[in-house]
Amino acid sequence: MATISLNIEFGGGLELLFSNQRSHRITIPANVPVSSATGQTPEDSDVPSKPVDITYLMYWLRDNLLKERAELFVENGTVRPGVLVLVNDTDWELEGEGEYQLKDGDEIVFISTLHGG
Amino acid sequence: MPPRTCALCNDARAILKRPKTGQQICKECFFYVFETEVHNTITEARLFKPGDRVAIGASGGKDSTVLAHVMKTLNERYKYGLELFLLSIDEGITGYRDDSLETVKRNQQQYDMPLKILSYDELYGWTMDAIVAQIGKKNNCTFCGVFRRQALDRGAAILNVDHIVTGHNADDIAETVLMNIMRGDIARLGRCTSICTQGEDTIKRSKPFKYAYEKEIVMYAYFKKLDYFSTECIYSPDAYRGHARAFLKDLEAARPSAIIDIIHSGEAFEINDDVKATQKLQQTCRRCGYMSSNELCKACTLLEGLERGMPTAAVTDRARRKLDADGPVPENLRTIPLFQLPSNLRQNAATAVEATS
Repeated sequence: MATISLNIEFGGGLELLFSNQRSHRITIPANVPVSSATGQTPEDSDVPSKPVDITYLMYWLRDNLLKERAELFVENGTVRPGVLVLVNDTDWELEGEGEYQLKDGDEIVFISTLHGG
Repeated sequence: MPPRTCALCNDARAILKRPKTGQQICKECFFYVFETEVHNTITEARLFKPGDRVAIGASGGKDSTVLAHVMKTLNERYKYGLELFLLSIDEGITGYRDDSLETVKRNQQQYDMPLKILSYDELYGWTMDAIVAQIGKKNNCTFCGVFRRQALDRGAAILNVDHIVTGHNADDIAETVLMNIMRGDIARLGRCTSICTQGEDTIKRSKPFKYAYEKEIVMYAYFKKLDYFSTECIYSPDAYRGHARAFLKDLEAARPSAIIDIIHSGEAFEINDDVKATQKLQQTCRRCGYMSSNELCKACTLLEGLERGMPTAAVTDRARRKLDADGPVPENLRTIPLFQLPSNLRQNAATAVEATS
């Protein structure tokens, strides 16, 4: 099964949901079900597949790394409003948001803006 | 998706979509427009004059850390001629404020500004930890809010500054507009969008980030690699504000200009004279000398309740009557030290009294 490696960073307090660890290096499948369901891979079923994108990554992080309060990370099928996402240091709003197709070696940063000033 | 070039310089690769305008801009242009907009906010409102001594209310969080950085940058770039200070309040919350104050101490070194830390413990004889141990987590935000407001003014007086700038951003102000509407607090609705609040003889408070989006503040901190602290207060956060915030963030996701639009709506409200008239006249607290709308200021009332073991006395009228019925104030009651304005404001106040007499 083809995989890709990613660097994940959490900031702005979001790291508290992920074992209070800011940096994570992860490996995920290169192709995933169109539904973004994280429990299965296209190889082990007949589900239609797509290249892995940030929406899949978000669910994967929720199901594999997140330790508490998932509602502070994911909301209505996207990253919770108020959490900024950067793809290789670029605002994900310029990169297609959840539909951005991940490449091997990408760095994805999630920063919460919701903590006090 | 192909890389896009910056809408401002047409040269470098865009890294950010501005929520206010939808423009896609590069890193250098972002720094420049963000700083310039704050500069325009400051000059249009004529917030400062050369020689002013200004304290930055610093919590170690993102907003005040970026504010300290930007104030220093603009003061040098545009020669404001300001003397800048960092002013922090230590509420005495273990595992929260002690950590964030370490960030402020690093900021002091990084920005080369004098720092004053004033604690609830030295001012009131109570830390928030001790207050919560006595009263529980309900209502503790009331104590913290009243005590912080007064502590900032007292810290400013100690530094002999007559102006405090705070990191309140556009999102905070839009949130406050919504909260005041939802609570029907029309008097506050009329005031909450002012960039600067000041009576004739009080310490000025102003918000240079009034029009700065939280998203841009966080992006600025991220790209400048500024050192800030982010953890929620461990004592129940303000739940009502939390709802307003979640609602505002949903609005922003659908239409990013919503934040600035709500501020403009707030600014455009005309408050009826009948509503204005219900605001009480300002006087001086007879116990500690701080500004107050009653004989005793809110902080003195809260402190008396804590000291006499009836901490809700200032929160509800019923408890206040019970406190009064309990007898007169004990002679050895702990009180807050006498409040004195910074020297230049004392002169102003004295002149004002002469002029009116």
